Amino acid sequence: MATVRIPPVLRPKTGGQPEVEAAGGNVGEVLRALTAEHPDTQAQLFGEDGELNRYVNVYLNDEDVRVLDGLDTAVKDGDTVVILPAMAGGSR
Amino acid sequence: MATPAGIQTIEEIEPFEAAEEIDGGDVVLIDTREPHEYQEAHLENGKLVPPGLLGDEIAEAAPDKSARTILYCRSGNRSAIAAAQLEALGYDNVASMSGGILAWQEQGLPVVSTSGMTAEQRDRYSRHTLLPEVGVDGQLKLLNAKVLLLGAGGLGAPTALYLAAAGVGTIGLVDDDVVDASNLQRQVIHNTERIGMPKTESARIFIEGLNPDVNVIEHNGRLDAGNILGVIEDYDIIVDGADNFPTRYLLNDASVRLRKPVVSASILGFDGQISTFAPFEGPCYRCLYPTPPPAELAPSCSANGVLGVMAGTMGTLQANEVIKLILGVGEPLIGRLLLYDALGTTFTELKVRRDPDCPICGENAPEIPESEMGQFPDYDLFCAGAGGDR
Repeated sequence: MATVRIPPVLRPKTGGQPEVEAAGGNVGEVLRALTAEHPDTQAQLFGEDGELNRYVNVYLNDEDVRVLDGLDTAVKDGDTVVILPAMAGGSR
Repeated sequence: MATPAGIQTIEEIEPFEAAEEIDGGDVVLIDTREPHEYQEAHLENGKLVPPGLLGDEIAEAAPDKSARTILYCRSGNRSAIAAAQLEALGYDNVASMSGGILAWQEQGLPVVSTSGMTAEQRDRYSRHTLLPEVGVDGQLKLLNAKVLLLGAGGLGAPTALYLAAAGVGTIGLVDDDVVDASNLQRQVIHNTERIGMPKTESARIFIEGLNPDVNVIEHNGRLDAGNILGVIEDYDIIVDGADNFPTRYLLNDASVRLRKPVVSASILGFDGQISTFAPFEGPCYRCLYPTPPPAELAPSCSANGVLGVMAGTMGTLQANEVIKLILGVGEPLIGRLLLYDALGTTFTELKVRRDPDCPICGENAPEIPESEMGQFPDYDLFCAGAGGDR
């Protein structure tokens, strides 16, 4: 099992949980296990073509999966998958 | 100060009298102490002639024996002895300043040091200059640095506070908002009395009260593609605490063009992010976030709330990054994104790589016209969706 870290903006879709355990041999399988468990996250993470939305960054541990093998990046037990959308809060 | 025994003939004047004569001009001012004392603090235009070198060096420092010559030392003894020696050498218009530089400073008269800092600055920044990583040279870098803060709100307030306290010599502030009561839970440089005042003006009042060394430049307005290059070109480092994505992408594109480092942070709820974007040395904001999120994934602090102290935590981390960049010490967050979770009190560090295909800083990225900075192919759609919390 991998641990998926849920960003604040997605927590309403995971019942408020900041971390979710999900199974899968690669990043894509882990994320699909997440969307199966919490279907409301599907549209936020994946486009209609089944690819990750471009505005969602996904990291395996501390490395961006875009520089690894994308959704095919292998995941081991105990790995952490971080979902990270951009945030702009600051001033007001 | 009593004249040392045996020296009865010399003229002694009080510091305020010396100050008046010096202001009037045509005075040769001689410092009769040792070099290390002189280096610490001396009177403006004072020429160092240590007591042991008087016979050798006075002719060069004071070639005209009839000119008005005022001597000073630490407390008035050495200068009185030196005055008598000068009279013996034929100088006929010599005075010793009684009480020396100590009395001079007690009366609040100004001194300078060879380091370029006043005695007041040496005192104010002494906890900095004691650090080997800062020292006098580092403090002078801070005093000469120009930093622009985008936003004088949640992140800008604590950043401005600590940069001003640190003696960053020029702080520019961009904001088009006025102080609102709902800001005061986190925007610590504003206060209740200044509700309704432009934030840039309120910030200036605060900073000037904290540290008169800081020159505050107000940019009371909003950055756009037409004005951004002109605003940021005068600054060394930009601090991004903007509340909306269009401004963040606009700043990125302009700062890459002008090769200005940007310390960027954002906060929401109990979460914060911070990174430092050094153009062509590390990734830029578009390398990290190629596309802004749609509105439902880009909530604002005004809509979602933010723990006030989060602004302090992330804003002071920004100030820390700025100071390291100015000093050239430590490891800035270039190529690293630091996430802070205030509920768990945990930090997570992620790697950020330069994107070789980045449309702004990629190897083959063409220079875009100014009108296209900050934009996207689907810009209208994006603008409609992802405004900040205006």
